[in-house]
Amino acid sequence: MAAKLILSMDGVVIKEYPLAKERMTIGRKAHNDIVIDNLAISGEHAAIVTILNDSFLEDLDSTNGLDVNGVATKKHFLQNNDLIEIGKYKLKYINDQVSQTSAADFEKTMVLRAPVRPVAPAGESNLSQTQINPSMATEVERTGRFGVPPAAQAAPAPQPPPVQPAAQPTSAAPAPQAAAAPQAAVVQILTGPNAGKELELVKNLTTLGKPGVQVAVLTRRPHGFFITHVEGATHPSVNGQVLGDQPHQLQDHDMIELAGIKMEFYFKG
Amino acid sequence: MRIDEALEIISLTNPGMVRSHNEDSVACDAACGLAVLADGMGGYNAGEVASGIAVSVVATEICQRLQEASPIERDEESGDELGVALLRDNIRKANISIYQAAQSQPQYSGMGTTIVAGLFYDNSVVVGHVGDSRMYRLRDGVLETITRDHSLLQEQIDSGMISIEDARLSKNKNLVTRAVGIDADVVPEIHVHDVQLGDIYLLCSDGLNDMMEDEDIQSTLYAMQGNLPLAAEQLIQQANDNGGRDNVSVILVKVKGEFAASRGWLAKLLNWFGK
Repeated sequence: MAAKLILSMDGVVIKEYPLAKERMTIGRKAHNDIVIDNLAISGEHAAIVTILNDSFLEDLDSTNGLDVNGVATKKHFLQNNDLIEIGKYKLKYINDQVSQTSAADFEKTMVLRAPVRPVAPAGESNLSQTQINPSMATEVERTGRFGVPPAAQAAPAPQPPPVQPAAQPTSAAPAPQAAAAPQAAVVQILTGPNAGKELELVKNLTTLGKPGVQVAVLTRRPHGFFITHVEGATHPSVNGQVLGDQPHQLQDHDMIELAGIKMEFYFKG
Repeated sequence: MRIDEALEIISLTNPGMVRSHNEDSVACDAACGLAVLADGMGGYNAGEVASGIAVSVVATEICQRLQEASPIERDEESGDELGVALLRDNIRKANISIYQAAQSQPQYSGMGTTIVAGLFYDNSVVVGHVGDSRMYRLRDGVLETITRDHSLLQEQIDSGMISIEDARLSKNKNLVTRAVGIDADVVPEIHVHDVQLGDIYLLCSDGLNDMMEDEDIQSTLYAMQGNLPLAAEQLIQQANDNGGRDNVSVILVKVKGEFAASRGWLAKLLNWFGK
């Protein structure tokens, strides 16, 4: 089902507008797709560009501007239940089609043939072809989406991972987690220069040791935590038993020993 | 150093947690320094057929030609380096094969595939791709995408219509703007990159990068760079732990030594007589 806008004022619904066209305009003048005859509304106030299942709202340099969810906005990628406010009028954006994440068919990769390529709204430059756009290339670099290199950890003593306040690697994932994350767990270092330190296992993968020398990893999976030997002369041991090459599931209060350093694994809370 | 001693190559493919069959295909050949990955699409088993044709045409043709020719020679027809020309021409050749199969057999109608391929020689890698299968590079602990998806979403990002952060929320994922086998011809995107000792290259289908944050891919490759087979397993396991909604395939290539092509007079002379 196509997305739609519900126009209301003072809590009273006035009309529903399906976003059936690629570009729909909102304004006071009669030629707009959504006409709001009120002096606080500019002649052409805003436009909504819809490309397949995504809609984008754009302020057309209106006199009084517009808010989305209470924030003054020039341009906005609309999400289900967004509330657009123009003067005293409210437009609620509804796009409650099942997202691709749960509709297997939808998710299949499809080819978008050239004729279907969307055309940018008039007054905007055309969508770039697939050739690399140099200005965007620098933009991608600047935003640094991959963050900084992982901090090298001293071998053989494991150290706390780089501080990552409230890191929730899974919550920001593009897709919702299929399975609930396991309960929180911690590794406490018992011997060596870092004795007493706690490593909270907040990431899907926590490295013990130094890559290139001696590494074991602690992985967080939906059904628990595992320790795996990656490289190095010494295999870690759990409760005195030396591990092989296979991942080993950790139990509450397991004692891990790696390159002479003892540590304890336990669940938190 | 010989190319197959300088490179460690591992590939792994998995149907994922939801799909009943695997439409991805992978091939790699350390002796000719080649890695190819394709993600097919089309009804019934047409996706597998398309990706299978793409991978086998590209791998077979390139490796066969490189048995008698050096990738640093000039290609007479295009004037490009032979390695570059081979990758480009054989992706187009695969395109014709798939297109013709789709035209002649109704059950294959409309089938197509993405492709990403890397040909390593002379301390560099030629990367060719069509669609949204990717190549990443881990260098000095930092992961970068070195291909740019041919997808609607990427076009929207490029045009400034949508930010990278917002792109995660888009409902228009999985729409590719270029594919192999859909039309009578295709233009592969080809780039040459310098290779450094210690680099790790990751070729993957979107079943990996749709299910996993780039940050998690980076930390996995960094932590497991000393154990490539385990790294490949771990990547696929994480994609599947996160839902595994698509087939997931990875090829990892680690650069363990220099592999400059020999350009000495003797090599040239031998080459000359070898023809």
